[in-house]
Order: sequence, then structure tokens, then C-alpha cells
Amino acid sequence: MSGKHINLTLKIWRQNGPQAPGSWEIFPAKDISTEASFLEMLDIVNEQLALAGKEPVAFDHDCREGICGTCGCAVNGRPHGPDRETTLCQLHMRRFRDGDTLVIEPYRARAFPVIKDLVVDRSAFDQVIQAGGFVSVNTGQAQDANSLPVPRNKAEEAMDAAACIGCGACVAACPNAAGMLFVSAKVSHLALLPQGRPEAAKRALSMVAQMDALGFGNCTNHKECEVECPKGISIRNIARLNREFIRAAVASTEKIPASGGGQ
Amino acid sequence: MIWVVRIFTTSIGKKQLMALTGLLFLLFLATHLLGNLSIYGGQGAFISYAEHLHALGKLLVVAEVGLVVALLIHITLAVILFFENRKARPIQYAVDKSGGGGRTFSSQTMPYTGFLILAFVIFHLATFSHHIVDQTHRNIFQIAYELFSNKGILIFYLAAMVVVALHVRHGLWSAFQTIGANHPKYMPFIEWLSIIFAIIVAVGFGSLPLAILALK
Ligand code: SF4
Ligand code: FES
Repeated sequence: MSGKHINLTLKIWRQNGPQAPGSWEIFPAKDISTEASFLEMLDIVNEQLALAGKEPVAFDHDCREGICGTCGCAVNGRPHGPDRETTLCQLHMRRFRDGDTLVIEPYRARAFPVIKDLVVDRSAFDQVIQAGGFVSVNTGQAQDANSLPVPRNKAEEAMDAAACIGCGACVAACPNAAGMLFVSAKVSHLALLPQGRPEAAKRALSMVAQMDALGFGNCTNHKECEVECPKGISIRNIARLNREFIRAAVASTEKIPASGGGQ
Repeated sequence: MIWVVRIFTTSIGKKQLMALTGLLFLLFLATHLLGNLSIYGGQGAFISYAEHLHALGKLLVVAEVGLVVALLIHITLAVILFFENRKARPIQYAVDKSGGGGRTFSSQTMPYTGFLILAFVIFHLATFSHHIVDQTHRNIFQIAYELFSNKGILIFYLAAMVVVALHVRHGLWSAFQTIGANHPKYMPFIEWLSIIFAIIVAVGFGSLPLAILALK
């Protein structure tokens, strides 16, 4: 493989543990192939750090093909870096120019505490899902496809919402660190389908109560989440959540859990 | 807790109350502007509009009380949401960019434009309201003319209208989104309406003091 090679300066947030203070560290990333992904660039830097007897930079990753939602940090202030609808693992170094300085920070939110360096604890999302982001049915044989009619446009909308990989970039991008895009995607993909309707009211109330209890901020419609989401989740889902919530709160017999919908 | 109260302790409930009170103010702005445009019918039309308005009596008081209650709700929630949102991000980003172009100048300055509008409303009521300013010896046109003859106050009023326009530009579409009214068919229209109504407010209200000065 030929391709170009570039030299960069990395300014990376280093933090030893959740309680540690954390500080900036600057090091060069020399001779990086423009064909490397962003995470591969970090791998190369980490190898050099290890060889020099230094602690490698901790960062989250798993599938490296943009489908698991594990990777992510802010690159020059932008979650998942500068490309639209692209996860950090799918971002490539050809996006940057020789001599660039990259400021690499963990996601900043009270609900996502730093574990180490660029790794943040996003289990708050799991707690929101546990509060109601599921359908309680006994699975059995696959049903006949026509027994539950779903209009095509609804199926498409539900699939668009279900594309959310739970990466947390929406929270990271939001000036208020709100979790609305994630929660709205999860509420929407079930609310749009007949299987999700029976529990829709309880789900909306519980998940919102849990989201609030976990210390996410309040959405003020900046649209930052939508533009940074690697899966292009639309804020129309947030409007749907707003509708689902008020309808459930006023017109259903379900109650909003006192503090948090979880256990 | 009573279920109704519980709604307004949740993030969405608080925001929806913000949105509803905000929509009420937008409605008020539209009627206030329509009424004041009577200045373009001349001094007589303007004074007679003010007299007709005050002749509404109890109805006017009900509207005023409603607006004051809505204002108190809007301000209280704004303060609560502002501090909750600051708490949600204890450590700021070193680089904070809107590379994708989501937020606007107007959306980012909502708390501050809101605060400035409050200051303006207080000043405006103190200098114009028939509850505060004696209107038996001078009519509303004379009061306005004297006030705007002061260059400082004139500039303050014009600047305040720009601030109101900024608040409206994000507030209008945002209120619709928050109450759940976002639909591919009409949302583009509402987003345009936000900008157009903001311009109407700035130009419409902003032209009034100039018209008053020109009429003498
Ligand atoms: S809505 Fe988008 S940004 Fe937020 S968690 Fe899902 S995929 Fe990530
Ligand atoms: S590592 Fe799985 S989405 Fe990036």
C-alpha cells in the first residue's frame, strides 16, 4: 500500500481514573498513513508510547465498522470527528492535512463520567433502556407476516429510528448534555410499530423519568445532536417523544414513576 | 405527588410549559403590533386605539393578569432549566465547535436575550403602562413623543427590538417542536415563519418610535 503519509500533533486528554484530575498531554503522531482510520492512528501512537515505556491512551472501540456504537470521542470539538454520519472508527486520516493539530477529548457530560483517558461510562443509556426500552412479549414461533399489518412508511420510520447505535454522540454534542435524541429514537422505533403500542404510554413516561434522574440536561432544540449523530437520527423523533410523553401523562392511566423509571 | 404537578417536574413537562407560555407571548406580540400599527393612521387613530383598548375594562385586566402569570412561569422555568443544563456538563470542552451547524446565534443566546427582554419589559411598563404613568393630562401619543425625543431611550428601544427578534427567531419553531408539532409537511413553513415573524417584530415595532417622531 502506498498512499500519503502525514505528521500530526495530538493534544489528548489524559485522566488516570474517574476521580483523578486529568490534564492535557501533547505528542507528535509521525508518519501516519492517510489510509489509516482514526482509531488505527491511535493504535500506531499507542505502540510508540508502549515502546517508549509510557502508558498508552485508553479509548473505546469494538466493531470498527460503524455498527456497534462503542467508539467515540470529541475531535477538535466534534463528536466522532468532522465527517457527517460517520463514526470515529470509520473516519479516515485522509480527512486531515499534514501539520494539523488535533484536540482529542472524552465526551463531556455529568451522565457520562470519564473512566480513563478517552473512555467514558455510558451505562446511563443502559439504565434508560432498562426503564422501558423493550417489549414484554413471550417470543415463540415467528408469526405469519400478514398477521400484523405495518404500513411501509411506518416500517421505514421505525427502521430509521432503530438505526441508533447508542454511541452517545448526541449527548456529547448537545450544549445541554441532553439525552433526548437517544431516548426519542428508542421510544420511536417501538411506538411506531404495533408490537410496541400496548406499552407505549408506560414506556415513554418511565424512560423520560429515568433520563431525568440520571442527570442529563434539558433539550433546548439546538439541533446539534442531529448534525453530529453518526446514524442521521432526526429530531423529528424528539418531537414524537414529546407527543408520546404528554399524551401518556395526560390521557393514559399510567403514572410517571416518582424518581427514575428503573429499579 | 399529584400527577399534574409531577408532569411539570419532568424535563419534557417543564419545556412544554415553556413552549405554551412562549406561544402565548408570540400571540400577544402579534396583537400588540397590530394595535400599535394604528399609528400609521395618524395621531388620532393611535389615541383612539389606546382609548378603545382601555375601554375593555375587566377584559383587559384578565388579559394582563394572564400575561403576568405566564411571564412568571416562563421566567421561573427558564432559570431552573438554565441551571440544570449547566449542571449537566460540569467540565466544558476545550474546543467547542458547531461544525455541523446545528445551533444558531439565536438559539445560543436564548437565556441572555430572555433576560434583556425582561429588563426591557419592566422599563416599557414603567414608561407606558396606564397603571403606572398618569394619562389624564397627556395622551399616549404625547407620552411616547416625549420619551422617544430622548436619543438614548430611542436607541435603547430600537436595540431591544432586535433582541426580541433574536428570541423569537429560535423561540417560535422551538415551541412547536417541543409540543410535538414537527411534521415534514409543515415544519419547513414553521421554520421560515420563525425568521419572517422575527423580522416583522424587529421592523414593525422598531418603526413605531420613528413614526411617532416623524408625525409631530
Ligand atoms: S441518536 Fe445518534 S448520536 Fe445519539 S446515541 Fe443514537 S446513534 Fe449515537
Ligand atoms: S467501533 Fe463499533 S461503531 Fe466504531
